[in-house]
Amino acid sequence: MVADKKPHRDELIHIPPEMAVAEADVRSEEATEFVRGTSLWRDAWRRLLKNKLAVFGLVVVVIVSIASLVGPTLIKRTFGFTPDYIPSQDVKLARSYPPFTGPDGQFSWLHPMGTDNAGRDQLARVLQGGQISLFVGIISTLVSLLIGVTYGAIAGYIGGRVDNVMMRFVDVLYSLPYVILVIVLLSMFRSQTPRGQLILLFVAIGSVSWLTMARIVRGQVLSLKNQEFVMAARATGVSGTRIIFRHLIPNTLGPVIVYATLTIPQIMLTEAFLSFLGFGVQAPLSSWGSLAAEGVQNIAIFPWQLIFPGVTMALTLFSLNFLGDGLRDALDPQMRTV
Amino acid sequence: MLRFIVRRLLVTIPTILVVITITWALIKLAPGNFYSGEKPLPPAIEQTIREKYGLDKPWYQQYGKTMWGILRHLDFGMSLRFEGQSVNSIIKRSLPVSAAVGILAYLLALVVGITAGSIAALKQNSKWDYGSMALAMVGISVPNFVLGPILVIIFSLWLYWFPPSRWDGFPSRSVVLPALTLSAVYIAYIARLTRAGMLEVLRSDYIRTARAKGLSEKDVVIRHALRGGLMPVVSFTGPALAFLITGTVVVERIFALPGLGNYFIQASLNRDEPLIIGIVAFIALTLLTMNLLVDIAYAYLDPRVRYQ
Repeated sequence: MVADKKPHRDELIHIPPEMAVAEADVRSEEATEFVRGTSLWRDAWRRLLKNKLAVFGLVVVVIVSIASLVGPTLIKRTFGFTPDYIPSQDVKLARSYPPFTGPDGQFSWLHPMGTDNAGRDQLARVLQGGQISLFVGIISTLVSLLIGVTYGAIAGYIGGRVDNVMMRFVDVLYSLPYVILVIVLLSMFRSQTPRGQLILLFVAIGSVSWLTMARIVRGQVLSLKNQEFVMAARATGVSGTRIIFRHLIPNTLGPVIVYATLTIPQIMLTEAFLSFLGFGVQAPLSSWGSLAAEGVQNIAIFPWQLIFPGVTMALTLFSLNFLGDGLRDALDPQMRTV
Repeated sequence: MLRFIVRRLLVTIPTILVVITITWALIKLAPGNFYSGEKPLPPAIEQTIREKYGLDKPWYQQYGKTMWGILRHLDFGMSLRFEGQSVNSIIKRSLPVSAAVGILAYLLALVVGITAGSIAALKQNSKWDYGSMALAMVGISVPNFVLGPILVIIFSLWLYWFPPSRWDGFPSRSVVLPALTLSAVYIAYIARLTRAGMLEVLRSDYIRTARAKGLSEKDVVIRHALRGGLMPVVSFTGPALAFLITGTVVVERIFALPGLGNYFIQASLNRDEPLIIGIVAFIALTLLTMNLLVDIAYAYLDPRVRYQ
């Protein structure tokens, strides 16, 4: 609805002058050769790089993302099998082999994570599952960002009774057992196609996870809207919508980015939870949650079927959480709480 | 205070009705029917079924009938798939299982989480601090459907200490693994919240006063710091309960416990409409009641909070 009003990328890095001055003061104590071109964002980046855990998180997230993105194709090019590929009709081959073991029971590099019940390569499946898991995490976060930021900014900017009603509505939604409602939604409107189910999943998760974002943005806007730069904009006759989308929202970006980074692992966890229970991603698509659900059925005999998707997922979430924490400390050192 | 409670109740009751209505609407709007399967039924049989369950009536009469039963008699009707059992009897039977596991998990989380968090705060930036916070991050990141089966592999299949999946009533070995699995995330959250809360309180003036007047470190921590430092943990109880409910769904599934969550999943998969509505309503009621209690407790514990 406001696509044309969306701030340009360069404008997002717009800082109110008084904040820029504060940054300059801080920096004057540090290296002086950095005078040119420093910004809030470059400063935050430097602080982030000093945080070892956050850098570890960033590296792992990048590696997992790249591996999931190109891994399945790469495996197909080099070994010739896709995640859905079943080696042959031979019963001996179509069974689960432990990691690093070939069909003859000898050591082999072919399947570093073993194979699943049908003899499919576990590594290829985990990487493909990663594609879906990360995809759901990112898209649903974007959906929740879009709703939450708009809602929170409008409530905060208008204020008064409208704000009261809008935030009370959020309070009520907060107290609902929303995962339970999502399960009802997903099970009732079970789509016939895997793609349809995926879209349903985005909508369902995204539409319930914007609440905290709305609260954060509202709080930010409340404190920003009485500052001089907004007053100046209003005095020069800028419309309310334009003030919200071009002046206020760009200035809430720090906390929003931090919270969005921390939302991704939460949403991925929700997706995995739903897929684990059989309401989420449907075959032939797979996510880490649905792979784990398959693995759980055979833990006594084939534990690697659960362990590899499970550990990959845990490692990714772990890294995303550390990255989010690191970003929060870097972007807003005063916000260090939990 | 009384006015606050009354006002909250005035919001709570309509909220539950809204939740029931949303659930009802989702079920009615969804394509298909609970009796529709792979093959279409013969029209005569379909007609009989629709008459029996009142599906031939217009939607507002169906809605009215459902709501009337709930409001008037707290009666959610008969389950469609568990023949001859009322929704109320299923909830009554499965609630103790979920409650036992959930409460045990939460108590465990409180004890371990508060201890770990306090130690981390008191020895800030020590190896205890980093160790427990790293462990807490692991606890938050490992999904319970991964942790549960791993515990089963270790404690059931290797050590033979606890049954892998069975329910033998409350005080029995079968509670241990589900409660452990469920509590891991809360241990982690509570430890982080306690640490943050304690760090803030330990720097405050009244703790300095307590130290200055010569109280022992034990008294300072237990009688003064913990009371203020645990406020975030108290306010976490509300969300924790919501997580706990969704957590039990998975845990009951993994350990095959006959609890509320397991029935809810079965009801959703089987499209057992009255049972879905009943369990959703019950969960919403529990959640909202607990949130209200938490707010009251908060006002009681923190003299700075005053409700109009």
